[in-house]
Amino acid sequence: MTESLAIRKFSDLANPTRFLALAERLLPWMAGLCCLLFAAGLYLAFTTEGDYQQGDTVRIMYIHVPAAWLSMMCYSVMALSAIGTLVWRHPLADVSHKAAAPLGAAFTLIALVTGSLWGKPMWGTWWVWDARLTSVFILFLMYLGIIALNRAMDDPSKAARVSSVLILVGFVNIPIIKFSVDWWNTLHQPASVIRMGGPTIDGEFLRPLLVMAMAYTLLFFTLHITAMRNEIWRRRIATQRRLAARTASREV
Amino acid sequence: MTALLLRDLKLSFRAGGGALIGILFFLTVVAVIPFGVGPDLNLLSRIGPAIVWIGALLAALLGLDRLFQADRDDGSLDLLLMQEHPLVLTILVKCLAHWLANVLPLVIASPLLGLFMNMSEVAIGAVMLTLLVGSPALAFIGAVGAAVAVTLPRGGLLVSILVLPLTIPVLIFGVSASYAAVEDPAPFLPPFLILVAITMFFAVIGPLGAALALRNAGD
Repeated sequence: MTESLAIRKFSDLANPTRFLALAERLLPWMAGLCCLLFAAGLYLAFTTEGDYQQGDTVRIMYIHVPAAWLSMMCYSVMALSAIGTLVWRHPLADVSHKAAAPLGAAFTLIALVTGSLWGKPMWGTWWVWDARLTSVFILFLMYLGIIALNRAMDDPSKAARVSSVLILVGFVNIPIIKFSVDWWNTLHQPASVIRMGGPTIDGEFLRPLLVMAMAYTLLFFTLHITAMRNEIWRRRIATQRRLAARTASREV
Repeated sequence: MTALLLRDLKLSFRAGGGALIGILFFLTVVAVIPFGVGPDLNLLSRIGPAIVWIGALLAALLGLDRLFQADRDDGSLDLLLMQEHPLVLTILVKCLAHWLANVLPLVIASPLLGLFMNMSEVAIGAVMLTLLVGSPALAFIGAVGAAVAVTLPRGGLLVSILVLPLTIPVLIFGVSASYAAVEDPAPFLPPFLILVAITMFFAVIGPLGAALALRNAGD
């Protein structure tokens, strides 16, 4: 029963008008909750104790780590949407991965910049070419390449299908990023939160980190739905304009 | 399939094919390096394998945008799409033809450039061997980029931008295997075998992705 309901719900979403109505109802709540979580997360991030070795610079972690997680999650969302485009021809899937690409690029950039700011006091250098940093940088380049490919074609549905192929091929990079710290002996520390045998990070740091991670996730979905809504509107306006131009030329 | 292979080879070797431009580009790129870093032979022999690999990588990207675009221009791409053979196989053959015509000459030319770079005999052999094994992966990855950008009028530069990030693993393991052959403590075989694995992995993924993109890019 629940499954049939879920499918009905999902196919309901295929109708852009229904999606817009849903987005209209969801967005204020999501945005409000996101603001609350950010307020709580930032408050926690600035009031918890600093690390005894790193001092206050450890607070960069609360910005850096969730952004890095989100940069990978965003690519996974894009890969799912790409499958949706290619396999089910879901009309919203192509809007979804087109809207997610700039967001992913932004989160990756935040992760890179804050990581670099954190690296200067801790490692003594802005940038090292170790496996984690390099693979995230490649992820950033791939986001930019996908955006460039999307912009290079004027037919949105064809652009969506072709860039889905690229997104799926590029997905090989995601496991490389995730496991780069385990496969190679790198300067970047290995995973300490999501790992077998529980987190090794202290609860004092874990609480603000998780709140910030939830805030970032909500931020991503809020922005993603907003961007999808804008993209649908943009396409509708383009169609209307074309229609208007056609009727205008007929009248003359 | 053999006919397709021979046709592609003929097309790229005869006048206007541009197979030799790749080698010329390779030679030029490698020849420019000593002007940039200075003619210090010790330094050149140290960075030599990396330079030869990067040169080969860039040169291998050069002819990629023509891989499917030439066929699209004269209409034979539609025939390839419509024939009974599986498209993946056709693309695999096209990749092989591209590799034989455009990339294999680079591999053959690499010892000469190794001499220019003052590399030892072992290093030259290692670079040639790793290029021979690793460069097919470049052709397979490139096929995806070429297929994605096939309908674009000026896709050449975009293909390079899309493909280069994906080729970085090939470059990493190719260069590390070449260095491992020269420097003693590092073993040669593990990076070399990973390079072989990458090539075989992309031999499957590349034609599949390219076939998917070509089917979707059709007008």
